[in-house]
Amino acid sequence: MAKRVAIVGTGQTFHKSHRPDVNGQELINEAVLRALQDADLKMKDIDAIVIGNMDHFEGINYVDCWSVDGSGGTMKPIIKLTTGGTTGCTVAIGGYHLVGSGMFDRVLIIGWEKNSESDTTGAITTAFDPIWDRLVFAGAISGLAAEAQAYMARYGASDRDGARVSVRDRKHAMNNPHAQLRKEVSLEEVLASPMLADPIHLLDVCPRTDGACAVIMASEDVAEKICPKPDWIWGTAARHSYSYLGDADYGRLTSMREGSQELWKKAGIKEPRKELDVVEMYQPYSFGGLIWIEDMGLVGPGEAPQYIWDGNTDMSGELPINPSGGVISCNPIGATGLIRCAEAAMQVMGKAEGRQVPDVNFAFSSGFGGCWWTDMILHGKNKPK
Amino acid sequence: MSDQFQGIEPMVYQSQINVPYSWWAGDTATRFFVTLRDEKKITATKCGDCGKVLLPPRKICPRCFTENMEWVKVSDEGTVLSFAVARRPFAAIPADKKVPVIWGLIQLDGADTALLHYLDGLRPEDVSIGMRVTAVYSEARKGTIRDISHFKPVK
Ligand SMILES: [Zn+2]
Repeated sequence: MAKRVAIVGTGQTFHKSHRPDVNGQELINEAVLRALQDADLKMKDIDAIVIGNMDHFEGINYVDCWSVDGSGGTMKPIIKLTTGGTTGCTVAIGGYHLVGSGMFDRVLIIGWEKNSESDTTGAITTAFDPIWDRLVFAGAISGLAAEAQAYMARYGASDRDGARVSVRDRKHAMNNPHAQLRKEVSLEEVLASPMLADPIHLLDVCPRTDGACAVIMASEDVAEKICPKPDWIWGTAARHSYSYLGDADYGRLTSMREGSQELWKKAGIKEPRKELDVVEMYQPYSFGGLIWIEDMGLVGPGEAPQYIWDGNTDMSGELPINPSGGVISCNPIGATGLIRCAEAAMQVMGKAEGRQVPDVNFAFSSGFGGCWWTDMILHGKNKPK
Repeated sequence: MSDQFQGIEPMVYQSQINVPYSWWAGDTATRFFVTLRDEKKITATKCGDCGKVLLPPRKICPRCFTENMEWVKVSDEGTVLSFAVARRPFAAIPADKKVPVIWGLIQLDGADTALLHYLDGLRPEDVSIGMRVTAVYSEARKGTIRDISHFKPVK
């Protein structure tokens, strides 16, 4: 019964630091209407809905029910999936499973966040163990700082290498009207911005954003009737490992390594650096853009800084990374992983406008959660065998 | 921003939710905390199948999925695997800690995983990965992870 699955439409809001002109349902609705319009479908054509956001970020925990006015979920099968930072990618994987099962032909997938409505640090703290980690915990950014410190100590990388990644993503955002922050910065400006947690400067990290994203997936029975050139899902992988902060291998993202190996194997990819055409990764801070592409197997351990300095991941390079401007330019957390998925789909479908990479055959998108977990999707132009 | 409203005043409803919780540590963690409080000893559980010594102690080895675990004592001394320096005050930092706060992942001798805790008694610029540190116990111990006050450099 298993069906091949394709993305046939995507929609996003124009993401902003805060959107007091709409409530959550109305924000969701903007993305849903754009996705329906992109696929030329009506709400009545949708068989089921998957929705997700960050627990505690808006203080509304029955989001699947509360949001039906905006999502179109009234009297439809609707489920909520939430996995922290990876939520946006997890909802896409959940939608893929629903369509792939053969039980639903057209599934609407929604990720959203009104990050301006909450105390981010307070909400994120609820992800950590109350007895062991919270009493000796120094905030989400400190975990990332520990990862960056360990990577630098192992491979001799510097804060300039991290800053180069931030310069790239912020430059790419200039091509994306949906990105929140669209301002080019220089290497010197990144390094001169306030130090948050060594070696991470303010301009190395993502902002807080209000935004929503919607993606429509369809089974092989109907996909090409809806969209002549859909984005085919070649595979997905998810790896979650966290119990306590001290369990992880700092300086390496084990979940990315194991998940991407599974993905390359599923799709028969031998050399991801040469076979992928574009990458949209959930990279909330610059050093992740170094460490994690090594764990993906794009380059060897310690080789990412030179690869990036040589321009290989810029728009005109061998493998453009984050043409959208990435998460450093825009981070409505529950939507962020799904925005990566939508951006990768747009690249495959040739709909990425000013940020289009030419001739995309394979695209990769991912989600990341602050407790060292990773979800990922391989997108392709051709129908999988 | 003004173009978003077209002359309409945005109304914002301010609120706060206060939800009290009582988290039970369970038998395994309780045994660790009682030993820490009463004997000033750091203990862990060792998996009889894979041999890994896990700290925080586990009732079940997460990899082998076995309850074949035995208690072992680990050293007060260990190695810093990584660290972070929080330079700005925020709510997650306890009131008795002043920034810069140094947070360390410490692999105690005899353990296979790291323990998350504070580093103190040194300047942020003097912390390095691989440095040796030792536990400093709190005077008043209440059976929490902060019965260890912090870890300080081994002289
Ligand atoms: Zn074991």
